Amino acid sequence: MAKVTMTVNGRQVSGVCDDRTLLVHFIRENLGLTGTHVGCDTSQCGACVVHMDGQSVKSCSILAAQAASSAITTIEGLAQNGELHPVQAAFKAHHGLQCGFCTPGMVMTAVDMIRRHGSNLDEATVRFELEGNICRCTGYHNIVKAILGAAQEMGGARQAAE
Amino acid sequence: MYETNYHRASSIQEAVQMMGAAAEGKYVSGGMTLIPTMRLRLAAPSDLVDLRHITELKGIAVDGRSVRIGAAATHEEVATSAELGAVCPAVCDLAGHIGDPAVRHMGTIGGSIANNDPAADYPAAMLAVDAVIVTDRREIKAGDFFTDLFETALEEGEIITAVRFDAPAKAAYQKFANPASRYAMTGVFVARRNDGEVRVAVTGAGSNGVFRHQGLEAALSANWSPDAVANVAVDASDLLTDLHASAAYRANLVKVMTKRAVAAA
Repeated sequence: MAKVTMTVNGRQVSGVCDDRTLLVHFIRENLGLTGTHVGCDTSQCGACVVHMDGQSVKSCSILAAQAASSAITTIEGLAQNGELHPVQAAFKAHHGLQCGFCTPGMVMTAVDMIRRHGSNLDEATVRFELEGNICRCTGYHNIVKAILGAAQEMGGARQAAE
Repeated sequence: MYETNYHRASSIQEAVQMMGAAAEGKYVSGGMTLIPTMRLRLAAPSDLVDLRHITELKGIAVDGRSVRIGAAATHEEVATSAELGAVCPAVCDLAGHIGDPAVRHMGTIGGSIANNDPAADYPAAMLAVDAVIVTDRREIKAGDFFTDLFETALEEGEIITAVRFDAPAKAAYQKFANPASRYAMTGVFVARRNDGEVRVAVTGAGSNGVFRHQGLEAALSANWSPDAVANVAVDASDLLTDLHASAAYRANLVKVMTKRAVAAA
């Protein structure tokens, strides 16, 4: 058994789990944060994407023990003071989801994409970088629109602040 | 996944000690192949020794045209290294097309070459740029390192610490990705040195893993042009056949990817 301590959504948490416990199960079962989903179980679908030390990772392919001492952000950590994160708001505005199962992973991937590319993000890059996130409902068009919309808005907000 | 014991090493020496104490241990770095393989119960190491927190294995250093990439450099770090991009953009481009962004944030060059998956991208680059694989105990030429499918010259407990190479004058990598898995059904890395010598390394196609193609190398050393590929024969008898492509199809892909790579270099 491993005693695992990490920071999740800004709060320090500890839990005891098997050394073989996957990060996604630690997040869902030990911490009760069920927004992070298990989709394919073969590390292809991206429903389990969270951020580890600021970068998107697939929490179904990482042991909780490997993530010990890191800072994790899950979908529950994005909204601030009851306000949706701009990427969440853009998914709502552009109808970027239908059943919603893939959405937490899509949103976490999108936030990471915008972090790296800012408002320079173009459609080809969005489609290329969605390689690791599978949606079986939307056909991706509205997801792509939502991410581009959020990138514009967040880039614009950053420029206004500067 | 079967039970395992996790250990986090903070130095190479500590990692070697931890591995020595394990019954059937495995090193894990990004774990992007190993953890999914363990989940499928195709691997069941008694112990995992995590190399991801060892400072000595990190970083990318470029001095003139001489390149050193730490074994724990992630695909994302290699893809976005401005220093490396200035002398050998082909390797950055290759790293930026492995897996997906989340995989590139974890997966490492050391892990990829130690695993020597016959469809992995990095082994082709290592062979084509004539890299030296540096371990905790010796240096191994890439040509001697990749020995068979998922087999390398690494000994029990040996750790890759870095790869070193001189940036070629021109290079490019082109792959034909499997439409579903995105692994290379055939990938070709071409590299041309200043003196005109060309190396052509092929991944995803060989029955025994990554290999160099002498015929293509001779043709391109004589005439560095996509047209030079046309009259070279690629023997299909040593190539893979599976449900995705026959050996003959892959033989043709070797030529097509080589042409594209030379055009892109």
